[in-house]
Amino acid sequence: MPNLHIGIGNPFRRDDGVGPWLATRLAQAGLNAITHEGDGTRLIDLFADHPNIVILDASRSGAAPGKLTEFNAIAAPVPAEFFHYSTHRFGVAEAVETARALGGLPDRLTLFAIEGREFSHGQGLSPPVAATAERLLGRLLER
Amino acid sequence: MTTRTLQVDALARVEGEGALYVKLNGDEIDTVEFRIFEPPRFFEAFMQGRDCHEAPDITSRICGICPIAYVMGASHAMEQALGIEVTQPIKDLRRMIYCGEWIQSHVLHAAMLHAPDFLNLHDAMAIAKVEPELVKTALRLKKLGNTLMEVIGGRSVHPVNTRVGGFYKAPSADAIAGLIPELEWGVQAARDTALAFAKFDFPDDEGDYIFVSLSQQQVYPIDEGNIVSSTGLDIDVADFSDHFYETHVERSNALHGHMKDGSAYLTGPLARYANNFDKLSPTAKQTAEDCGLGPVVTNPFKSILVRMVEVQYAIEEALRLARAYQPFEPSFIDAPPRAGSGHGCTEAPRGICYHRYSIDDDARITHATIVPPTSQNQPQIEVDLTRVVRRYMDLDDDALRWRCEQTIRNYDPCISCATHFLKLTVERT
Repeated sequence: MPNLHIGIGNPFRRDDGVGPWLATRLAQAGLNAITHEGDGTRLIDLFADHPNIVILDASRSGAAPGKLTEFNAIAAPVPAEFFHYSTHRFGVAEAVETARALGGLPDRLTLFAIEGREFSHGQGLSPPVAATAERLLGRLLER
Repeated sequence: MTTRTLQVDALARVEGEGALYVKLNGDEIDTVEFRIFEPPRFFEAFMQGRDCHEAPDITSRICGICPIAYVMGASHAMEQALGIEVTQPIKDLRRMIYCGEWIQSHVLHAAMLHAPDFLNLHDAMAIAKVEPELVKTALRLKKLGNTLMEVIGGRSVHPVNTRVGGFYKAPSADAIAGLIPELEWGVQAARDTALAFAKFDFPDDEGDYIFVSLSQQQVYPIDEGNIVSSTGLDIDVADFSDHFYETHVERSNALHGHMKDGSAYLTGPLARYANNFDKLSPTAKQTAEDCGLGPVVTNPFKSILVRMVEVQYAIEEALRLARAYQPFEPSFIDAPPRAGSGHGCTEAPRGICYHRYSIDDDARITHATIVPPTSQNQPQIEVDLTRVVRRYMDLDDDALRWRCEQTIRNYDPCISCATHFLKLTVERT
């Protein structure tokens, strides 16, 4: 059982909010889950304190909207172009690879990325992202 | 004649979305444009009709890196409009949380985003592989800044404990005392990091700058003061619009700032440092001297060193204030609604950030103007780029493009703040 779920993104930028959407529901179900605005340096701090982490984020890779991709970040580098970049361009992929270079990764680190369609201003997930998020939520609650 | 075009469509290691376009006809510079295409955000418009007490919380959302600059500028302005005088303990706690913002913002930029330029590396991940101890120290320093903001502001980004008139609640003595050991570590760590950066090979460059900053009584300017320039200006914040103006240019969604005579000017670390060197602590001055810096720095590539001197100073200031801290009541000063107008200006990590508001009888906002530092610095960035292109045009396109991107990163531009930023195109004919 992961001991920390981190939902990354901005709920006011449509599908970028899928990470926080998932984290909020996991927390409501009693799991240890937090939302995070995506500052990579502060993610590295969290890696130091939790041995088993799941990161939930939106991707913007050009894949079909709603497509779910799972990365085992301990096994292989995280492709930087996969994740929607964060403020001042030090985001999730940079945080994971910097922590790897510093020997600061947790024992287990899993990333779930849901391909977004809408990243404009506003609230609410697009239908394909919402559908994948519901399925992933069920899967995470069963773990 | 050979036309060269250098283009960067999306600048890396800056905040927000911007681009650079350079066109050369032989040895003649045809065009140098720093373009900001981050969409406008309309903060000034949608604050109209809101209660004046909402302004600090709304404007803090302009930036996730420097929210304190917006909280403080808006708070000062509303306090002036409402006739509120805050107490010295409130001022001291505000300066302490602002030190936290300087520490985390400067360290993020200097160590993680700007330092790679001097090591011929493309990102902080590469630095972590070749200089792991440096990166570990930088991450710990940044965390220190974030912790200051969290303990005082309630969370490390977009504080919830700050308000017009002061703070919802003064932190406990134990909470502030708990910061002291890490602050004591941080003073030397910041100095060591500055000295490590001083070994970088800096490009030759000298700018002829008009430095504009705040000047604060007795201390290095952070949270209040008059607006001063290296050309002799010394004005009250309320007179900002008598001496500075903004214009719209087609290539940018951020307004360009100018002095009244049309001159470009520079705000930020180099300006603060040049205008206020005498107010740095003796220890911060010593670090500057040991880094090879005089009391005025005109090589913008050395802004990374000035930032680290300011980090050391900010940690020393926070330590001084933390050691003297005692919880206080009242934690804020309130006043009944009244019509009026107010001005606020503080030193964001990137330079002065000016706010002006008018409010009606019910203290609802009728007018809002915010002039962030990156807007003000845009014309000076283009002046710097033109000078750098002229000096280094013999470089091949890739090297010149890199040098131009470095020139922009010297400013730690906050494009989201300014739009209310980089793609580089260099065209040579």
